[in-house]
Amino acid sequence: MKNIVLGNEAIAQGAIDAGISGVYAYPGTPSTEITEYIQKSELAKELEIKSNWCANEKTAMEAALGMSYAGKRALTVMKHVGLNVAMDVFMNMAVSGVNGGLVVVVADDPSMHSSQNEQDSRVLAKFAQIPFLEPSCQQEAYDIVRYAFDLSEKLELPVLVRMVTRLSHSRSSIAFKHRRRQNKLNVTVDTKRFSLVPLHSKPMYQKLLSLQDQITHISEESEFTKLTKRKNTKLGIVACGIAYNYLMENYPDGCPYSVLKLCHYPIPREEVQWLMDNCEQILVLEDGYPFIEEQINDFFRRVERVIGRFTGHLPRSGELNPNLVAKALGIEENINETIPELVKGRPPQLCDGCGHIDMYHELNELKKEIGGNKIFGDIGCYALGSLDPFNTIDTLIDMGASITMAKGAADAGVFPSIAVIGDSTFTHSGMTGLLDCIWEKSPVTIIIADNSTVAMTGAQDSAALGKLKDICLGLGVEEDHLRVITPLKRNFDNNVNVLREETSYRGVSVIISQRPCVRLPGEKKKYAKMINEAMAHEN
Amino acid sequence: MNINIILAGVGGQGILTIAATLDTAALKSDLWFKQSEVHGMSQRGGAVVSHVRISDNEIYSDLIPMGKADMILSVEPMELMRYMPYLKENGWLITDSHAYENIPDYPDKTKLLETIEAHANNFVIDATSIAKKMGTAKMANIVLLGIASNLIDIEEQVFIESIEELFAHKPEKIQKGNVKAFLKGREMGVVVG
Repeated sequence: MKNIVLGNEAIAQGAIDAGISGVYAYPGTPSTEITEYIQKSELAKELEIKSNWCANEKTAMEAALGMSYAGKRALTVMKHVGLNVAMDVFMNMAVSGVNGGLVVVVADDPSMHSSQNEQDSRVLAKFAQIPFLEPSCQQEAYDIVRYAFDLSEKLELPVLVRMVTRLSHSRSSIAFKHRRRQNKLNVTVDTKRFSLVPLHSKPMYQKLLSLQDQITHISEESEFTKLTKRKNTKLGIVACGIAYNYLMENYPDGCPYSVLKLCHYPIPREEVQWLMDNCEQILVLEDGYPFIEEQINDFFRRVERVIGRFTGHLPRSGELNPNLVAKALGIEENINETIPELVKGRPPQLCDGCGHIDMYHELNELKKEIGGNKIFGDIGCYALGSLDPFNTIDTLIDMGASITMAKGAADAGVFPSIAVIGDSTFTHSGMTGLLDCIWEKSPVTIIIADNSTVAMTGAQDSAALGKLKDICLGLGVEEDHLRVITPLKRNFDNNVNVLREETSYRGVSVIISQRPCVRLPGEKKKYAKMINEAMAHEN
Repeated sequence: MNINIILAGVGGQGILTIAATLDTAALKSDLWFKQSEVHGMSQRGGAVVSHVRISDNEIYSDLIPMGKADMILSVEPMELMRYMPYLKENGWLITDSHAYENIPDYPDKTKLLETIEAHANNFVIDATSIAKKMGTAKMANIVLLGIASNLIDIEEQVFIESIEELFAHKPEKIQKGNVKAFLKGREMGVVVG
């Protein structure tokens, strides 16, 4: 039987069928639907697979490692920039190794459809010296995630599976296979390898290095590495992951050149060697950085024969598509039309009735008095406050940076120094920054834009719900400088006054600007309002 | 059977419902399909697009190459024009004439419709008003799908079953309303030839 799934859902079902006991993740486009699928799956419920959201990607990956330590299979999922948050555990679990299979799925966003950058996670898998796989289609996504769990247990290493936006968010029909049982609890693992004091980490690191030849050999033998040999020796093509589709799209009757379909890393040297020995030029097609191109260059030291993103045959940045690949192959295209001039851009915008709109009108009123370049923003729907028609926030770098950048700027003499951060972003990685501010009594005002949900990724539950006041007081915010306002038109004057008062205080102040997201389903909105009111009455 | 369709519109206008109907109909007809869509921030009132490819042969690319779309089906007239480079020679343009104006510099509507109608194969219709008369403007997307279905080699009954399936969890009135909206669009048709 065939099933209609998104690339992300293929990953999720593959993980369920591989016998995972838990998925650990923080939402982030384009990765979110993987965890959501498992949360909604009746089968996963029946199997008691853990699937609650985590506070951030680091806590998620560590929990996955804990489950693996106990012998069970665990999946951890994030977007590319989320892997930065989890880098500490990511690098070190490559040294400790794993017990139960552990697969890290990272969804990259080449072309930055919904992200601050287009970093390529394959580079980080290489950095950690672990294998990775990169599916080209939905069926392969399903098959690869199952295979990755087996490989992880075989090597006792974490394995990374790299997705890209196009595959994550594309549907097709695939076949599911038999389901493997979950692993039993097994706490007999050698604890030395999970205790990375130098005495243990040195031999463990040597072990990781000694595995490198074996993992390269596995790539060479893998069912996901396919070398198709052709007699035409003019060109050889290395097509990685989804780029393989764009190549084949251009040759409906079959590609006339030898093609290495490369979905398994480290680079299978034997196959690449064959291409180098038999083809005049090698074209490398890959979504993301010129990662494989660079390594083939390094390995063979014959730069002029390897072409791709570095040599200008393909653009240096942005995702690939069939037309760009056609151009690199010298295939003539047949594009008849252009976009008429009257078509205007239609960027995303805050929803009608969104509380952030009122909050930004209030802040803009304050801005008339305090001047520009003093409001530090963060990641979420409210990031749209950096664009027209608001132009309220002045920075947007990474999760949690609003608070800590405001502190640093305050240290440098900026006053008032204001941070705007969402409720979920605050619990993701804002709390520690607030503690820094309190420690030093920094003159900052932190506005928590609390809409009771993780709105931008589709209204997932927020760990902050009902806890913000307690968290702030617990961290040491003074009660007199912890204010709660409701961003509504009728409260405009009052709210601007609160902003004025708190931004003139030369210490830490927190203003919780609280109104549930307009996109929350009715029941959840009611619940959030009830929790918020209960919180207000505690005072 | 081999068709490439670009679906265009603004986040929240029901493009993904059209896409899901086509996916389901393709699966029921035992055809290959790939359908890419947009998630995340763009869904907040921004331009959204979905590439739908259906074939009786294996499909590689999730994206339709520029110059290879048989049809652009849009629930908003300006959004239709955004994807013109994808249209193949003599491809079809089908769109709702009802503009969604949430930007300050929305183009002159008369000029916009003139530009579309200057194209050989076009079908511009006020699907929003038709849907409104049938119960709710929200069904404009399904009216448009009905019109486009005349150009897609899938049986009418399969489309109907797919719509019924997709709206199975909704009240019966909505399910039936959408089937009617589809048939209304289908009978208005596209004259091929």
